[in-house]
Amino acid sequence: MIDQLITLLWTVVKILAIVIPVTVSVAYFTYFERKVIGHMQSRRGPNQIGPLGLLQPFADVAKMLFKEIIIPTNASRFLFLLAPILALAPALAAWAVVPFDDWLVLADIDAGLLFVLAMTSMGVYGILIGGWASNSKYALLGGLRSAAQTVSYEIAMGFALVGVIVLSGTLNMTGIVEQQSGSVLSWFWLPLFPLFVIYFISGVAETNRAPFDVAEGESEIVAGFHTEYSGSAFAVFFLAEYANMILISALCAILFMGGWLSPFQGIPVLGDTLLGEGGVHWFLLKTVFFCFCYLWFRATFPRYRYDQIMRLGWKVFIPITIVWIMVAGLFRVMGWYGG
Amino acid sequence: MQAVSRYLKSLMLLELLQGLNLTFRYWRAPKETLNYPEEKSPKSARFRGLHALRRYPNGEERCIACKLCEAVCPALAITIDSHQRDDGTRRTTRYDIDLFKCIYCGFCEESCPVDSIVETDISEYHFENRGENIVDKQQLLAIGDRYEERIAAARQQDAAYR
Repeated sequence: MIDQLITLLWTVVKILAIVIPVTVSVAYFTYFERKVIGHMQSRRGPNQIGPLGLLQPFADVAKMLFKEIIIPTNASRFLFLLAPILALAPALAAWAVVPFDDWLVLADIDAGLLFVLAMTSMGVYGILIGGWASNSKYALLGGLRSAAQTVSYEIAMGFALVGVIVLSGTLNMTGIVEQQSGSVLSWFWLPLFPLFVIYFISGVAETNRAPFDVAEGESEIVAGFHTEYSGSAFAVFFLAEYANMILISALCAILFMGGWLSPFQGIPVLGDTLLGEGGVHWFLLKTVFFCFCYLWFRATFPRYRYDQIMRLGWKVFIPITIVWIMVAGLFRVMGWYGG
Repeated sequence: MQAVSRYLKSLMLLELLQGLNLTFRYWRAPKETLNYPEEKSPKSARFRGLHALRRYPNGEERCIACKLCEAVCPALAITIDSHQRDDGTRRTTRYDIDLFKCIYCGFCEESCPVDSIVETDISEYHFENRGENIVDKQQLLAIGDRYEERIAAARQQDAAYR
């Protein structure tokens, strides 16, 4: 009995050890977003609340939580409230298998990559159900758009991952990073460059972010699937979207940019310093870079038209990935990379 | 041939990278925005803000109730009543400006033969109750007394160009 309790306690502690940092990073990601996009548009971004505006996320959270959750007439109440949770849960669950360092991973399971793929594609159910349960045209259209888009890009994303699997020969996330050890040149971005680019772009499309954010395209369908959501229900959707963005960034760092490995690995002088050693800091740095790219894209590109998104997914990304899987196979057979 | 090169160009995301480069440069560029209440942009001496009635240095009010400002005001914001004093000079008994009607064109100041009605550089003021938008003679004179130095300095600075 005591043993079981301790196990339970440990599990809860482990969950919190992931959930709390992710939530806090989401809060500061929104701050970072407003700052970066502001600066790219020649503005200053939030700078009034706290030093440099650093307390802005907390003010936002407090505002969100105290707002009323309005449930539309004729909305399916149960599904309406279930949807945000369905969106958030997989976004957080996928973090379980993300290795922050060679010893720092919550669940070092063998099929980690499959687990991540499964979890990231579950998130669309939340959006779809939220869109349907709202009983609103805009929300329904937003949900449908999101579903179609996620399904299309899932394929390109999966194929990009096949390339990684071919070269690393494992589905275990820690194993994938270890396969990349050597130097910057032995990270998978080099042999799998097209797949790397496609993976990140598909990730942007998968998380419904600009320039692929037609699911919440405000010029046509108000706010898409979360048109009818307010208060903390909206906050949960928001949290899920940003948690997914950070997750995609982290996955990019792990699968293509060598995770926690140092780019100066193998350079003798730096061998024992913080620069030469791999560690959490390198992983976080790479993740932050990809997060920055998300914001950078949003500040730069206009939104794709819906048929253009579909064309890009089916007619460009999928053929390229299929071809490059062959090339990756060739690399493997010839013994140039991996194995 | 052109189609092929265009295809390759789009495949290499060249134009997208150019766009990214542009936003990146703007990201690094210094920002011109001022943190308004703490920092303010400089104001011209010709700035036309809140109105004021001025006095001569001996304390006598300048306004002689000629009603030129009332006549010239395109928004009909000024209302003047006058009477003759015992010494034979004319003065206003009422001088109201409706700040909601006023369009801050500065014609009243231009028309004034004695530089009495002026528009100061005060741009930060507000009303809390209905009716406060109509400022009367006493209020206008009070504003003039309070900011006489600033008003005189601005007129001095602009005098060479008039």
